[in-house]
Amino acid sequence: MDNLLSVFSYSFMVNALIAGALISVCAALLGVILVLKRYSMIGDGLSHVGFGAMSIAAALGLSPLSIAIPVVTISALLLMRISINSKIKGDAAIGLISTGALAFGIIIVSVAGVNTDLNSYLFGSILSLSDTDMALSVVLCAVVVLMYIVLYNKIFAITFDESFASASGIKTGIYNSVIAVLSAVTIVLGMRMMGALLISALIIFPALTAMRVFKTFKTVSVFSVIIALVCFFAGMMISFWLSTPAGATVVAVNIIVFIVFSIIGFIKTR
Amino acid sequence: MSLLKCENVTLGYEGKEIVSNISFELNKGDYLCIVGENGSGKSTLMKGILGLIKPYNGKIEIQSGGVGYLPQQTILQKDFPVSVNEVILSGCLVKHRFNPFYTAGDRKAADEAAKKLELYDLKKKCYQELSGGQQQRVLLARALCAAGELLILDEPAAGLDPIITNELYDIIDNLNKNDDITVIMVSHDIKAAIKYASHIMHIGVSSCFFGTKEQYLTTESGKSFLGGDTNG
Ligand SMILES: Nc1ncnc2c1ncn2[C@@H]1O[C@H](COP(=O)(O)OP(=O)(O)OP(=O)(O)O)[C@@H](O)[C@H]1O
Ligand SMILES: [Mg+2]
Repeated sequence: MDNLLSVFSYSFMVNALIAGALISVCAALLGVILVLKRYSMIGDGLSHVGFGAMSIAAALGLSPLSIAIPVVTISALLLMRISINSKIKGDAAIGLISTGALAFGIIIVSVAGVNTDLNSYLFGSILSLSDTDMALSVVLCAVVVLMYIVLYNKIFAITFDESFASASGIKTGIYNSVIAVLSAVTIVLGMRMMGALLISALIIFPALTAMRVFKTFKTVSVFSVIIALVCFFAGMMISFWLSTPAGATVVAVNIIVFIVFSIIGFIKTR
Repeated sequence: MSLLKCENVTLGYEGKEIVSNISFELNKGDYLCIVGENGSGKSTLMKGILGLIKPYNGKIEIQSGGVGYLPQQTILQKDFPVSVNEVILSGCLVKHRFNPFYTAGDRKAADEAAKKLELYDLKKKCYQELSGGQQQRVLLARALCAAGELLILDEPAAGLDPIITNELYDIIDNLNKNDDITVIMVSHDIKAAIKYASHIMHIGVSSCFFGTKEQYLTTESGKSFLGGDTNG
């Protein structure tokens, strides 16, 4: 019991737990939309762009978020546009942009001799969470959850069948842009803890895991959030006790839960 | 009162014209059937009317609150988690201006549409686990929920068995006659088109005909269609 509570005696740990849980919720909800719209790879691309942007910020001595949030937001809007307009070249374009940004970031970090640890950008670090991150996570989570609840029916309509939704008079372009912007902010905030290489797992896994067992949009939405939270807290506890990297441990727990749900889903359909 | 007015409309994709210079006008309560070969641009015209693609030329004016649309194909990710009821209900969103949530009236309308298309028992089922024809009926039920004034159906009978097809035609006919809903239907079933429609449009590669059913039957293509159907 002492062990369990000792986690909370470190203030950085408390920060990380709160901010991380909030970001997990956002990533899970947005993930349902992105996965079902087949935009999962956008999350991956954006995290790499975020890495590039943070390297530039570090090289210029600016605060990482001030550069990364606008750059990634603009990239998100662009990538969304590319994927909608040219279906064939969409994923190739994402691949180009993401690897390009990654390479660019690595060059800047090594040439400019930025003293921030490259590792912490790529693989994440719970020590990097500032009070600003905390505040932004709270605001972001409030916006995402509120949007998801209030616009739930429209979000479903757009995700399920975009042409029918626009024929119904729903302004799909605006909703797609809002989703892109929120995903961008979620990724930038999340990648500080999870790392550029791992943040997209928070977006993809909970939705995919929930889809193994649950078969309606509502249950998948609700359970991706629950799965995301359980995996996050379990991963953080394990990483604290075993001194493993937090981001990677959370992803590992997600994989285990995914396998368990796949088995349950398999048994259920038999 | 004119509900839909197209003036010299030209539509296409990526700079390539598919249908050119289409002009017609529909009044409230009309029933238009659009016929023509595969690839002649019928679905393209529907998308233009719905505003899903912008015309290169001409003007499309539509004076309608609720448009119910049945797309020719809905390509879905294979394991999209969604129940039949969730799909049908989403048709009700058309009527929502400000209230983002479904009302009791919406749920009732969805149930009624489901009953009409014999889907009520499947309500709780996962959409992906239905057969192709059942899925088509779910999308039709969704379109019925959305159709306040105008119902646009792109090959609604594709994949349906003959009994449901006839019931479907009756349902649409009923909506048209009793609820005064304007219908635009793309169909390859020319017999049914002539039986139910008030107006016919025939989109050909070079020319395009629009007129009442009676006018259509006097044209060359009308005669050949009829002749082909009764003799073959
Ligand atoms: N999204 C698209 N991008 C580019 N070209 C397209 C697109 N959709 C259709 N086309 C082209 O437009 C032409 C007309 O297509 P459309 O789907 O309107 O035909 P249709 O009359 O509905 O045929 P069918 O009877 O087979 O449904 C076809 O030659 C097709 O190749
Ligand atoms: Mg077609």
